[in-house]
Amino acid sequence: MSIGEYIRDSQIWKSIFRHPAPYDRRNRVVVMLTNFFLHLHPVSVKKQGIALSYTWCMGGITFFLFLVETVTGVLLMFYYRPTLEWAYNDILALRDVTTLGIMREIHRWAAHAMVITVWLHMYRVFLTGSYKPPREFNWVVGVLLLVLTLLLSFTGYLLPWDQLAIWAITVGSNMARATPFLGHEGPGAQILNLGGFDLITNASDARFILLGGRFVGENTLNRFYILHCVAIPLVVAGLIAIHFWRVRKDGGISQPL
Amino acid sequence: MDPHPDLTPEVIRGLGWLYLLLAAMNALWTWREVKRHVSAGSIAGWAVFTTLLFLVGVAHVTGGAEPEQFLIRMPEWFKSRVDQLAKPTTYFTGSLLLFVAVIWLREWLVKPTVAWVLLNLAVLFMCLSLTDYDFRQIVGKPDNVPIVSMLFIVGFFTWLYFRRAVDNDQRIAAGRPLFEQEDNDKILVWPDLVYTEMICMIALTAILVVWGVVLQAPLEDPASAVRTPNPSKAPWYFLGLQEMLVYYDPWMAGVVLPSIILVGLMALPYIDFNKKGNGYYTFNERKFSIITFLFGFIPLWIGLIILGTFLRGPNWNFFGIYEFWDVHKLENLNNVNLSELVWVDTLKQPLPVASAGASEWQKILAILLRESVGLVLVAVYLFVLPPLMAMTIFRRFFVRMGFLRYMVFANLVLFMACLPIKMVLRWAFRLKYIVAIPEWFFNI
Repeated sequence: MSIGEYIRDSQIWKSIFRHPAPYDRRNRVVVMLTNFFLHLHPVSVKKQGIALSYTWCMGGITFFLFLVETVTGVLLMFYYRPTLEWAYNDILALRDVTTLGIMREIHRWAAHAMVITVWLHMYRVFLTGSYKPPREFNWVVGVLLLVLTLLLSFTGYLLPWDQLAIWAITVGSNMARATPFLGHEGPGAQILNLGGFDLITNASDARFILLGGRFVGENTLNRFYILHCVAIPLVVAGLIAIHFWRVRKDGGISQPL
Repeated sequence: MDPHPDLTPEVIRGLGWLYLLLAAMNALWTWREVKRHVSAGSIAGWAVFTTLLFLVGVAHVTGGAEPEQFLIRMPEWFKSRVDQLAKPTTYFTGSLLLFVAVIWLREWLVKPTVAWVLLNLAVLFMCLSLTDYDFRQIVGKPDNVPIVSMLFIVGFFTWLYFRRAVDNDQRIAAGRPLFEQEDNDKILVWPDLVYTEMICMIALTAILVVWGVVLQAPLEDPASAVRTPNPSKAPWYFLGLQEMLVYYDPWMAGVVLPSIILVGLMALPYIDFNKKGNGYYTFNERKFSIITFLFGFIPLWIGLIILGTFLRGPNWNFFGIYEFWDVHKLENLNNVNLSELVWVDTLKQPLPVASAGASEWQKILAILLRESVGLVLVAVYLFVLPPLMAMTIFRRFFVRMGFLRYMVFANLVLFMACLPIKMVLRWAFRLKYIVAIPEWFFNI
């Protein structure tokens, strides 16, 4: 008996993998049904439906990049402190002295890549008409995921706390100031006053809520940190689950039923 | 010693590897041509081209000792000509013409040889442009590297789409089965899909690690609330929105239009009543939706990001790709409002204002009178055009969609068109605002 067979025959192995190795047709079916990670997939698919030149693999790549971001992000969270005193210095140290500081590089490049791949995924889904019935709602979920991807990237942009970061966030969040009715420089905000007191001021408008202050400061850093590391990823994870589940329920990634 | 040298030994050596890479790619291409048994002349042509690239590459890798004397560089007259032509008007006209040309010539463009020649031209253009100092400053910024690669990637996938679509359109015209329907048996996910995914994940991990090692993530000086960089730019994927600020106020460019884009995307499956083109690539069966979406994605979204990233410099002025980002570059900004055009230029009288001591209502009426023409135009655009279009150009759509669906659709189209319309008005009449009520932060 070879070592491989010995291991496969052991009680431990069999308790984890409840069927023989997927060498024959039967076990290739069974493996998909009994493995938690693989059961996301159907057992069999149309050949053209998974051809690379058809799907471009962009949805899968986006998901993989999300996992990369999660893993590298969690590792970075062990090191990085979101305070005015430490944020920049921690990033500096990650670049110059910290072992595995490359996690920051990978995190940032994978984030850029994820924005691009999520666009390309949408591009492909549009071009193959895969948003058409019965997949309309999953397209809507996808648009939400696209927005959240951009927001994830946007909130993460601030965390290095360098010039690039705060001014990009300043420019980006200045828009909120002009939100109709909800921004203090937006049309209609003047109407919202009670007995001569403005309800919408620079200390109560949409931008203030976003930044936690009148300008990009320590509160903003904290707010964006929580949004970036906890709040948005939780929502994204939930929506991804729905998105994948709907792919299965709506009849596979593309093509009519 | 020139502080901004066009060429340095490092740049020349780096470019050499790029040329060698291109030579290797063309060697593979030549081999493909040999295998396909094309004419001897064509094979010879590719072989000669490959050899030339190889020689150029070797010359770069070995000959960087005296960069000032190095011959292979973008000619100065070309650079100054490009910079002279570089204006928002030429940029948009050019991208629009390109857009029309791609759709018009799609059957020719999808030929592999044509695409290969275009790819070669693009890479050669990049290589030659990289011999310019200012070009390198913009393209070589770490955060901009993904955008440059995005250009090639989006270009490739658009080409791939047209290739599959043209093929299917020809099949449909000839009554043959679609490409997606041929050889489309069910196969097992293990091993056919899970192995692809596995290989894909490994390759991506490798790419990310190499990318992380080769290119350091940007980190500038520590944040300072008192030193505003010039230009201050939003993250690159929002630069299209920032570019819209040139034409619209923040409440439109930063809030209303982005919201409309999202609502429009989500509404898309519910307003596209065309049942065809589900699950296969086609152009002819979905002309309208494809052209509209491509127009929004390529010239507007991607095009504006490129413009905002590479061509907008200090003070958000427009700079050519080889132009030095001069902080003191001056541009005329004597734009006028529609109300001024109407009252001052046409009717030869001052803008109506409420007299001193007027009541609130009189002030409001004076403002509305001042902006009456613009307000009427906007009202016509939003409320008269949809029914008008329903009776004329979109008659067929209106019949198929029904009232509610059609109104959503018509408004989305109008909002999408409002950016190009404002651009044209700006360029043609130096128009600043159609409706200008700064008193209420209400400028359109």
